[in-house]
Amino acid sequence: MSSVIAPIPAGRKRKDAIMRGVLLAGTLVALVPLVLVVYYLLKRGVGALSWDFFTTDPTGSFLGPAGGVRSAIVGTIVIVAIAAAIAVPVGIAVALYLVEYGKKSIFANVVRYFVDVMTGVPSIVFGLFIYIVLVLTGVAGNFAGWKGSVALALLMLPVVTRSAEVVLILVPNSLREAALALGAPRWKVIARVVLPAAFPGLITGSILAVARGAGETAPLLFTAFAVNETTWDPGKQMNSLPIQIYNDVRQAQSNIVERAWGGALTLVAMILILTLIARLIQRRSRVA
Amino acid sequence: MEAASIAGRALRRPALSRLPDRALKWGLTGLAALILALIAYFFVKLYIEAHPVFAKYGVLKFVFSNEWVPSKQEYGALPLVVGTLITSAIALLLGVPVAVASALYVTELAPRALRSPLTILVDLLAAVPSVVYGLWGVFVLIPTLRPFQQWLADTFHFIPYFAGSVAGPSYFIAGLILAIMILPIVAAISREVMATVPVEHKEAALALGATRWEMIRMSVLPYSRAGITGAAMLGLGRAIGETIAATLVIGNAADIGKSLFSQGYTLAAVIANEFGEAASDKLHSASLIAAGLVLFVLTLIINALARYFVIRSERATTRNVPKGMAG
Repeated sequence: MSSVIAPIPAGRKRKDAIMRGVLLAGTLVALVPLVLVVYYLLKRGVGALSWDFFTTDPTGSFLGPAGGVRSAIVGTIVIVAIAAAIAVPVGIAVALYLVEYGKKSIFANVVRYFVDVMTGVPSIVFGLFIYIVLVLTGVAGNFAGWKGSVALALLMLPVVTRSAEVVLILVPNSLREAALALGAPRWKVIARVVLPAAFPGLITGSILAVARGAGETAPLLFTAFAVNETTWDPGKQMNSLPIQIYNDVRQAQSNIVERAWGGALTLVAMILILTLIARLIQRRSRVA
Repeated sequence: MEAASIAGRALRRPALSRLPDRALKWGLTGLAALILALIAYFFVKLYIEAHPVFAKYGVLKFVFSNEWVPSKQEYGALPLVVGTLITSAIALLLGVPVAVASALYVTELAPRALRSPLTILVDLLAAVPSVVYGLWGVFVLIPTLRPFQQWLADTFHFIPYFAGSVAGPSYFIAGLILAIMILPIVAAISREVMATVPVEHKEAALALGATRWEMIRMSVLPYSRAGITGAAMLGLGRAIGETIAATLVIGNAADIGKSLFSQGYTLAAVIANEFGEAASDKLHSASLIAAGLVLFVLTLIINALARYFVIRSERATTRNVPKGMAG
């Protein structure tokens, strides 16, 4: 008796091979920009790095030495930290509402929908909004680092909420029910059972959202503005790495452009370190 | 009798200890409501600030008039709208096929050991800040691709909007950078959608003698079509709103370019580029805020459509899986 399964005709086989090749090629093409960006960041950025680069402020002069990026690094750290301090608690709280109370109710779905909508709002529009609401009205002066933080926080908030919701849903209902059956009130169930169980995931999602926000330029343009001097006071105008790079790119002097590459390398390294920390927490919690 | 009532009393929590519970519930609900209020406030505030422009031109005339000359107090957003649409279209044309191909390769073809590294690498594209893409575009992509742009313009001069002189910064370069920037999100959502295709469908195709590609074409693609459409639209939303990279590589010329390789402007780019100097000029800043509002509404509509497609594809998946197997 001959084989029941007929061999696949050569034409179909060839097409299969071609299409596999096309899909593989697509994947490789997708990786080309990453390789190129990283290559040029290293090639042109590493040369700019030096002790002075991290310990001096930009001079602001177009002739002579350009100075370093100390004020930009300090500004980025302060602005992003404040933004995270706003976005992470509020974002997780909204996710808690959605998972623990709202569930499938119409109101919860509306909130869910608009949180999704917020993720799609262009970052420059958040910048405009904060400019109108906080800068134009002159709340505590005009431009200030913390106003940039608020704009960034608006950007991070929906990302934190979405990722927190996914993590909170994964907490098994049996845990909640066990605690409730033992007589624990709802708030205690949330504080002592749900949050601890979801903790690593919440941290991972939050760090990723913060890392994404740290590289944003547009929300800071007309909110935190830029100065050359280092300041730790978020009540004043603040420099930041993205803004420093943005301003440096548009200059013709080669030493200023070099600072842009060095700043870009620094910024990407900061974001990658945050991302890596998030992934490590995620992996450890999965093993446990 | 007695025992039952004692048990009943013991089970009921005293009013005082129910207080934190209620506080938490209403606190969290209030916070969620606040988010909605914030978005509403957001919209109203932008509208009020943009109002002088709408009062002068009317919404339609603002969007469709072709003169953006701040020095002459003329604000028509058509060159910006056209620039936004052209660059986003290029981004979709270049970015979506690559993203979908990589998603298909990672979910259906790649060796198991390669899946997670490939996913991480494609995701890393999203970790690069916009301003860094802009920097790279200005100093690497534009000089390198100048001859290539000229070659495209000369070779395909018979295609409308290809012929003509080539500027360094152009719609094409901006579209290319946007394509790179939307790639990770389109790929990520496509992967998610493809992962929901029931194994039974794929195995059925394979069991009937389909090759891998035929299996992809007959089971995976039809199943995830709505989801991929949604992913592409989310990418479109990103491309439209992308600001810093676009403003650095598009040339910031407020005229509708003659070809794909001319300089242009986008709605987002004009805000980043001109807002600093416009602060003292009421009409100028109002028209930039109006540009922001147009951008906001545009992304709102596109995202709503995108969600619709992604949700529809997810629903279709759950509906088609038999009850016992869904768990």
